[in-house]
Amino acid sequence: MSISIQSISKSFGAYAALENVSLEVPDGSLTALLGPSGSGKTTLLRIVAGLEFADPGPGKIAFHGEDVSEIPAVKRGVGFVFQHYALFRHMTVAQNIAFGLSVLPRARRPQKSEIRDRVMELLKLVKLEGLDQRRPHELSGGQRQRVALARALAIRPKVLLLDEPFGALDAQVRKDLRRWLRQFHDEIGLTTLFVTHDQEEALEIADQVVVMRNARIEQVGKPQTVYDNPRSPFVYELLGNVNKLHAGKEVRYVRPHEIEVIFAAEYDPATDSLARVQHLFSAGPIATLTVKLADGQFLDVELSRKQLDELALSIGDEVAVRAPQSEPHH
Amino acid sequence: MSRRPVTTESPLVRLLLIGTAVAFLALFLLLPLAAVFVEAFRKGWEVFFTSLHEEAALSAIKLTLLAAGISVPLNTLFGVSAAWLVTKFKFRGRSLLVSLIDLPFAVSPVIAGLVWVLLFGAKGWFGPWLAEHDIKIIFALPGIVIATVFVTFPFVARELIPLMESQGSDQEEAAVTLGASGWHIFFRVTLPNIKWGLLYGVLLCNARAMGEFGAVSVVSGHIRGETNTLPLHIEVLYNEYQFSAAFACATLLAFLALITLGLKSAVEHFTGHQSSGHK
Repeated sequence: MSISIQSISKSFGAYAALENVSLEVPDGSLTALLGPSGSGKTTLLRIVAGLEFADPGPGKIAFHGEDVSEIPAVKRGVGFVFQHYALFRHMTVAQNIAFGLSVLPRARRPQKSEIRDRVMELLKLVKLEGLDQRRPHELSGGQRQRVALARALAIRPKVLLLDEPFGALDAQVRKDLRRWLRQFHDEIGLTTLFVTHDQEEALEIADQVVVMRNARIEQVGKPQTVYDNPRSPFVYELLGNVNKLHAGKEVRYVRPHEIEVIFAAEYDPATDSLARVQHLFSAGPIATLTVKLADGQFLDVELSRKQLDELALSIGDEVAVRAPQSEPHH
Repeated sequence: MSRRPVTTESPLVRLLLIGTAVAFLALFLLLPLAAVFVEAFRKGWEVFFTSLHEEAALSAIKLTLLAAGISVPLNTLFGVSAAWLVTKFKFRGRSLLVSLIDLPFAVSPVIAGLVWVLLFGAKGWFGPWLAEHDIKIIFALPGIVIATVFVTFPFVARELIPLMESQGSDQEEAAVTLGASGWHIFFRVTLPNIKWGLLYGVLLCNARAMGEFGAVSVVSGHIRGETNTLPLHIEVLYNEYQFSAAFACATLLAFLALITLGLKSAVEHFTGHQSSGHK
């Protein structure tokens, strides 16, 4: 089901957490809400879930065209995975997953055997077969996260909402799990909205990236589009390392890998600038060097190891750098 | 040469410290406890059991059990509701409410009793009205229960508030998104998470409810066989120089204390719960 967010505002006392936010999440997509802490992304997610209510006004939330703004979370039918999973500590994995089914009114509650089958099916889906009798504290972070996911899916939610799904995991598990989540999403095809502050995560797995800043949406688009055509300096800086070049009142943004480094002997005054190598870091497949331009500004450059070897640079060498022409910001 | 942890004191200092602690414990805690039992049995088993079988003693035991039996469940209910309210919701006046819960700890029990006499006594605010309708609160069971409830009010809430605060509302919110009603959330999510803390609070509340002297003494009127609770009965016996009988009854309260301590340690053992220092 698609999610339609229309003119939603939310304030906590004098603090505005969301200001007139509108967003369309297409049916079956995986959409990332990306932004620094305090940008309002988690508040937006909680409003979609019904865990918070938007300020009174014209704003509304619709699932597949149906207005759900007034439906409380308990009846809204969303799957919500909390940042720290919020598993029920005193229940087994199976009891956790079965919870949403076991609290249904008697008339709609499935038979015990049906619930058990559904739990087993979900455990298989999240690759946790055989762990049904464990308790949450006996599981690793990644396993807990998948139990939380299975628990949310048990009620056959209309949409799936994930708050910082990888926030509490180690770097390696994070990477594995986010690729797994992408595949998983393709398998089940459920409209999914997730919150993250990690641009790599958003760019790698999302179909649509929503950049948020100070209670507003800054830019929406496909990862490639947002990365290649950031609408503002804020988006530029959020989406990866970037050099800020001042020329008079203008500021230009250039990503480190977009800069070419050539021998000073091949310097062309029309396109290049002369610079001196200040710092070299070459452990790993990508080498980073910092050069100082004639006007005193520093520039970070990323090169492949092969390029670096060909240039045979060392600290203090003079080189010519060529940056692509990008549109200046004021 | 054997290795010593750097923080260890010399054997002499250690001996001195341990000795002081043990001597202090023996003098101030064990000796009085032993004295209670020695005095109770000074005149033999027969006197001990007769003093407990005496009508006034039985009535005092019954009244104590009744007062605790009413006020502990009430305060359990109040305490859980107050803790739930304070920790799961944000509202104006929340910190004032938390301070108010502590009020009975801050007020002297005698004052806590006098307040009720001022309100419900014959010459109190509601005294004439109560007399007109033939309702007896002061010098009767209702007064004793009210005073006990007041004095023991904070125990359950104080135990639960920090516990529930540290647990946050994540699990409750998860239950909400999974479609659970308030009833289900409380009994299947919140209660299992706080059960040991709750039991601990109830134990302390009960110990205090049965042992309360000051506030109850003010509102009870000391009517023998009618409004004397166990602690009051002990005082009466003592004032009448019936030392053995007084101490025989005191052993009951001492037993209660020992049982409470035992259960409390059991709860701590189960949960790794550290006592947070009650008065």
